[in-house]
Amino acid sequence: MSMAVSAAWGMAKDRACALSLRLVRSPDRSYGEVMVVSNGTGQRSRALRSSVLLHAVMAVSGLIMVLFLLAHMYGNLKIFEGRQAFDGYSEYLREVGEPLLPRTGVLWIIRVVLLISVLVHIYAAFTLWHRSRAATAGAGGWRYETTKNRRGVQRSYASFTMRWGGVVVGLFVIYHLLHLSADYVAPGGASSSPYQRMVNGFSIWWVVLSYVIALIALGFHLRHGVWSAFASLGGNSSVARRRGLNQLATVVALLILVGFLIPPLVIFAGWVR
Amino acid sequence: MNVTLRLWRQHDQDAAGRMVSYGVDGISADMSFLEMLDVLNEQLTAAGDDPVAFDNDCREGICGMCSLVINGIAHGPEGRTASCQLYMRHFHDGDTIDIEPWRSPSFPILRDLIVDRSAFDRIIQAGGYISAPTGAAPDAAAMLVPKKDADRAFDAAICIGCGACVAACPNGSAMLFTGAKATHLGALPQGQIERNSRALAMGNQHDAEGFGGCTEIGECTAVCPVGIPLDMISRLNGDVLSALRHNST
Ligand code: HEM
Ligand code: SF4
Ligand code: FES
Repeated sequence: MSMAVSAAWGMAKDRACALSLRLVRSPDRSYGEVMVVSNGTGQRSRALRSSVLLHAVMAVSGLIMVLFLLAHMYGNLKIFEGRQAFDGYSEYLREVGEPLLPRTGVLWIIRVVLLISVLVHIYAAFTLWHRSRAATAGAGGWRYETTKNRRGVQRSYASFTMRWGGVVVGLFVIYHLLHLSADYVAPGGASSSPYQRMVNGFSIWWVVLSYVIALIALGFHLRHGVWSAFASLGGNSSVARRRGLNQLATVVALLILVGFLIPPLVIFAGWVR
Repeated sequence: MNVTLRLWRQHDQDAAGRMVSYGVDGISADMSFLEMLDVLNEQLTAAGDDPVAFDNDCREGICGMCSLVINGIAHGPEGRTASCQLYMRHFHDGDTIDIEPWRSPSFPILRDLIVDRSAFDRIIQAGGYISAPTGAAPDAAAMLVPKKDADRAFDAAICIGCGACVAACPNGSAMLFTGAKATHLGALPQGQIERNSRALAMGNQHDAEGFGGCTEIGECTAVCPVGIPLDMISRLNGDVLSALRHNST
């Protein structure tokens, strides 16, 4: 049986007419310039560099970091159980898995997974940022001469601050690791006790303020990021699902924002010392 | 009513363009936006000036030729409305209205408000087809299509290919268009054979044309004159990822 390829849609044909009309208008454009469409071979390897795949990579690495944040937030809230419980949890994270794994083995596995996630996330973000600048002559949503409706029709604050907001969160993570993890930046005094490091740091107003600002930036990043991650992975399957995923993202962002804000604020208020 | 238009004038693809102001008098609120531009062009022609070039064909919202960014919004302030279906009653006497072409390096400006959207044709060419046996017409009930799938395909098929989604997108992405075209065929049983290869080919052509990636902002759906929903993009994402997982293409 012979197989024929049938054009499924009339537009290609209509547009061909439109194109020839335009050629009459501007005779310097010839068919010779028309880009070649390639089908068939090499599509898989090209798709591995596609924006769709880069977004999927961002989604997966981002969701891994969200899972880490939820666990980290749980650990921080142990501050309410007192110094021993908090420092004991820190010690537990180092011992867990022994003797199957060496001491701090699990911790290092988590650190390596997170490091890979962060690097991959940043690589994809900058590659896509570059592509989107190229696709808008470097001006993004501000490429029109008019100054009216520059914020578009419906886009949210969270959605158009993803890139710079991500940079802010990234810088915060470096500062934060130097502070509470490495004990290298130690406002209020260094200590071998993680509990004491937090109390020392969060007794100072500007330390608390820096965390509050960074966490709000993180909250916005997650508000759009969590929804976008599921949509990039193919999870947005209907108008109702779009609403549901956005609600989920709001819940996750608020949970993480509030959960992380509680320890610095209660320490600053003097309720935990 | 009288309005002042600030609109983009550019002689050809290589010329530099600029915004030029014109006053237009005697506009009736019942005129369509394009009829208002016709009045301007009569005025310009009578004065011996070049008329403003703008794309249009059906003027009934189905062909996808009209393509104006009006006051910074693709197809203007009314939702689910193509430029040709916008009426002057949505404006006020004395308004200044800014009119620009779609702005995307993948849609070069040919003249004034006309852009070349053949990048869309090449995305269609890359995978917007199905393979079907020729010969006698098949029995009408030979392949049953579930209502849900037929509706889904139809919701995607109504995309008129205007390009407003690209014009509105802060990333200059054409994923709403590409998603609609891939879903239109991929939702039907006849379109399953090439579902994977179609997703890869159309997605790749989308990138090769220089369109940006989708960050799920949703400006595209908000301006789309036929209301193509954002989930068409997610479906294309899912199809590309599943094509990459299954080594069949
Ligand atoms: C108010 C908010 C936060 C507080 C109070 C806090 C507290 C801490 C503390 C006490 C440690 C050291 C734990 C130990 O040595 O056992 C730590 C480590 C860490 N935190 Fe946070 N954190 C906060 C927010 C964040 C955020 C938003 C991120 C990521 C975006 C983050 C990422 C990390 C990482 C990656 C580590 C290092 C874990 C390691 O040492 O391998 N933290 N945090
Ligand atoms: S998806 Fe909507 S806005 Fe984009 S080309 Fe199709 S009809 Fe136009
Ligand atoms: S002119 Fe045909 S859709 Fe507007």
